[in-house]
Amino acid sequence: MNGPFTFALALGDDSLIAAQRLAEWTTRAPEMEEDVALANIALDQLGAARLLLTYAGELEGAGRDEDALAYLRDDREFRNCLLVELPNGDFAVTMAKLLVLAAYQVPLYTALAVCPDERLAAIGAKARKESAYHLDHAMLWVKRLGDGTEESHRRMQAGVDQIWPYVDELFTTWPDAPVDPAVLRPGFDDTVTEVLTTATLTVPQVSWTPAGGRDGVHTEHLSYLLAEMQVLHRAHPGARW
Amino acid sequence: MSLVISCNTKGMYGNDFPGEDPPGGLLGEVEAAEAALRAAAERGRGDAQPGDDLAAYFTEVVDADQKIEPRDWMPEAYRRTLIRQIAQHAHSEIIGMQPEGNWISRAPSLKRKAILLAKVQDEAGHGLYLYAAAETLGISRDELVDLLLDGRQKYSSIFNYPTLTWADVGTIGWLVDGAAIVNQVPLCRCSYGPYARAMIRVCKEESFHQRQGYEILYTLAHGTAAQKAMAQDSVNRWWYPSLAMFGPPDGDSTHSAQSMAWKIKRFSNDELRQRFVDMCVGQAEALGLRIPDPELRWNDERQAHDFTQPDYDELTQVIKGNGPCNRQRMEHRRRAHNEGAWVREAATAYAAKRAEKEMVTA
Repeated sequence: MNGPFTFALALGDDSLIAAQRLAEWTTRAPEMEEDVALANIALDQLGAARLLLTYAGELEGAGRDEDALAYLRDDREFRNCLLVELPNGDFAVTMAKLLVLAAYQVPLYTALAVCPDERLAAIGAKARKESAYHLDHAMLWVKRLGDGTEESHRRMQAGVDQIWPYVDELFTTWPDAPVDPAVLRPGFDDTVTEVLTTATLTVPQVSWTPAGGRDGVHTEHLSYLLAEMQVLHRAHPGARW
Repeated sequence: MSLVISCNTKGMYGNDFPGEDPPGGLLGEVEAAEAALRAAAERGRGDAQPGDDLAAYFTEVVDADQKIEPRDWMPEAYRRTLIRQIAQHAHSEIIGMQPEGNWISRAPSLKRKAILLAKVQDEAGHGLYLYAAAETLGISRDELVDLLLDGRQKYSSIFNYPTLTWADVGTIGWLVDGAAIVNQVPLCRCSYGPYARAMIRVCKEESFHQRQGYEILYTLAHGTAAQKAMAQDSVNRWWYPSLAMFGPPDGDSTHSAQSMAWKIKRFSNDELRQRFVDMCVGQAEALGLRIPDPELRWNDERQAHDFTQPDYDELTQVIKGNGPCNRQRMEHRRRAHNEGAWVREAATAYAAKRAEKEMVTA
């Protein structure tokens, strides 16, 4: 498969699956304002996913649009990182996931915004502003929870510990991609270390670094997520909605 | 925390549908109410002076179609009625997120998913906006939420019905939001200023929601045989519960007369129900769907449609807590509230620590 297609697909899948997970919080958030905020972030991710998947479909040139890519692929054909498909867990786990995702997407989209591919550059320029807000939101909550009550500190540290093994996969080197994620790692480390330290949390030392998402080898969680997401679309082949 | 209470569905998705608009929309009336509100504000009204008869002044303001504002004296029963009504409306927005939220994960296209997510988010925004309006009457949002969770305040009974198919998302937009708009458009002229202003904003957004629901049904009704059947089945299930949204018949309505005098309510339940039926008939024809009422027909003498009344015994049962989803909706709300308690406590503790630090450094 050609490089730019797989790259656009991988980023689009990251955003799509992140949106699907974040939207699960709707009507369940800890406060009403947070319900609104999480839906906002989910909408941003979904919006980026639609742009990226549409472009991926054009690059592929096989006539697949955003819906064909979202609804008619099986889990082995998805290219998202494992991080975004992990279950939401409690609010601390979700904020740990969002912190990592946003601290990865901000420098990625920023770099994309000046890459030679005009379409990706335009998507990057739009999405980086949204991701900056996601990062800000996650940082606020990680600090609040880390430096809040004993219980919230314990939960936030547990959330970070649970999520951290999945960080490495995001920065696996991808030399022929428009932006090689490996070069973004130092900036990511600086951002999250500062947040965690301010939040009185410890940066986990990880010895286990699962990966495989970019090759279509996922956790067991993804096919359940897709089964739910795709069920109606697949029940009515060829229908318009 | 950034709080976004704008109509997402309008800005992002309001104008990209090829389908048809529902005929007979009510946006014009909302805009007229907004103009009347501005005109009343421009006319101005003097404040009550020391020694004035406050009750007489209140009546004067209401009779002149001016607005009562939070700083004004008001009868205690007026205040209580408004708190009850605005809170019930706010609770309805929050509980009403559940039946539609039920389909976000399974929305059949990414575009529909985005629209639905934005719509449910708008409802959370409406809830927050209405709680803020209720707070101007001297009660806190926390107290109101407790009243909901304890079952001492109600929300609209319609949300105790299940969303069984995707078409229900369309039907809720068309019929349920449509009925809500018919109910709420007169409230844009309510005598209490903060509520009237909230309703103008809410009605504008609801009219976009109604349009989107109508568009979902239009697409289904013009789609495959299975999609059309899905749409008709949905309308069959939601028609009578939607008619029941206007409340019991006028003879049995307990709050109506006084609320009419106070200009909180401006039309009777039966008048609004009739207006809704008359509006829906043309829209159903345009959709190509059948309203499930064999008695529905134009009455030339009344210049209105005759129709079958909803089952008010069923409505009473649902209000009492015995609808298909009452328990589920409340359990869901309580669980979210309880599971979020540690997060809210942490936010409070963190804010207190910050305030303390600022005191030290100041």
